Amino acid sequence: MQPATEGRTPAELLAAARDGERRAIARLLTLVERGGGAADAIAGATHRLAGTAHVVGITGAPGSGKSTLTSALTTLLVAGGRRPAVVAVDPSSPLTGGAILGDRVRMEAATVAGVFVRSMATRGHGGGLALAVPGAVRVLDACGFDPVVIETVGVGQVEVDVVAAADTAVVVVTPGWGDAVQANKAGLLEVADLFVVNKADRPGASDARRDLDLMLDLTEVSGACPKRRPVIVETTATKGEGVEDLLAAIDAHHAVLVGGTGLEVRRARRLAAEVRARLDHLLGEAAGQALVEAGPVAGETTVETARRLAGRILGTGDTG
Amino acid sequence: MGAAPIRVVLAKLGLDGHDRGLKVVARMLRDAGMEVVYLGLRQTTGTIVDAVEQEDADVVGISMHNAGHLTLAPLIVAALADAGLGDVPVVIGGVVPDEDLDELAAAGVGAVLGPGASAVEVVASVRGVVDAGVRATGD
Repeated sequence: MQPATEGRTPAELLAAARDGERRAIARLLTLVERGGGAADAIAGATHRLAGTAHVVGITGAPGSGKSTLTSALTTLLVAGGRRPAVVAVDPSSPLTGGAILGDRVRMEAATVAGVFVRSMATRGHGGGLALAVPGAVRVLDACGFDPVVIETVGVGQVEVDVVAAADTAVVVVTPGWGDAVQANKAGLLEVADLFVVNKADRPGASDARRDLDLMLDLTEVSGACPKRRPVIVETTATKGEGVEDLLAAIDAHHAVLVGGTGLEVRRARRLAAEVRARLDHLLGEAAGQALVEAGPVAGETTVETARRLAGRILGTGDTG
Repeated sequence: MGAAPIRVVLAKLGLDGHDRGLKVVARMLRDAGMEVVYLGLRQTTGTIVDAVEQEDADVVGISMHNAGHLTLAPLIVAALADAGLGDVPVVIGGVVPDEDLDELAAAGVGAVLGPGASAVEVVASVRGVVDAGVRATGD
């Protein structure tokens, strides 16, 4: 029987978590999610311990098969003697704050294989992730999990936070997701390190692959994006088909990052993005407070009100 | 920081395909501001215990419509206790005859919700067993 978590300090929890006590790991993640003093202490302690794990982000539209793919991928990793963990994000209700976290439904194979899976609600954060995701990844990294897989909420076209949060960003599409014009729109597709055409046993898989290939050709022609051309992998996650190819592509991308300066560049970018998200959060709270305390007055335009409140928040008077 | 949402694991245990009720309860709890980790059909005591542990759940709700509650409810209570999670309350929902309520309570089940329970009753019951518990917030 494991000891209860009650009454243990963050440092004690972290020591137990690093010894493999799953309940301590889970409690640390809860504290990170709640924020406040305990979260700060955990961030301070794990900051020095983390940095080993390869962080893989998996993103795509709702129903594209992210959870099933994550399950198949992590099950394969366990079979290969590795120790993956998953942070699976689902949206919180903007009305009540409640959430249905349903990713485990599709992750039974992974949980039976012993993969540590944590579901996380966005709790009001946009961009496809929760504010606490980087901190949670750091805890799992410090506890020896490698790789750490982040599964985003089902996203549309512009939720690209996962790119800043991960070393390798995998974008999942399915047959019938769109055409070559969709593929050329700005946003999510620009930032992928790897593409997966999932549900590849369905009609239209080769069309989807072709449209992505055309988009990548144009990226090279325009010269806008100097990085390595993303690999496209076809999978049928429900049958496990193509998952070995996906793992090989993920490992190959990691090897490229480790072999050059890519990893340091991305990690620096990740820290900057995390600071930025925290800063946005703090400023957002201050904005909400300022609006309550000194909201619109008669005769003022919306822009004037916003500038007056910005000046109030920043202590600089009118910023206009 | 505001109060953290209550985290609930919801599942059906064993061979029981009637998950409409569980989906309704999930929606009721979501709309009451709780975070529902939904496991769905055909779970084992092992998958439920894993989820409660990894998700740091405050409470677990098991739906039973196969008349197996007197067998299965004590099994999940015992499995949680064996994993050191005996402080996580178990709520049973489904078709449970009144004469079985005492036996379930004696087995360690925190609350039982029968057919026709309203959203208000479901939410109050789940909040009640969480509030009655001794789980520290840890911070």
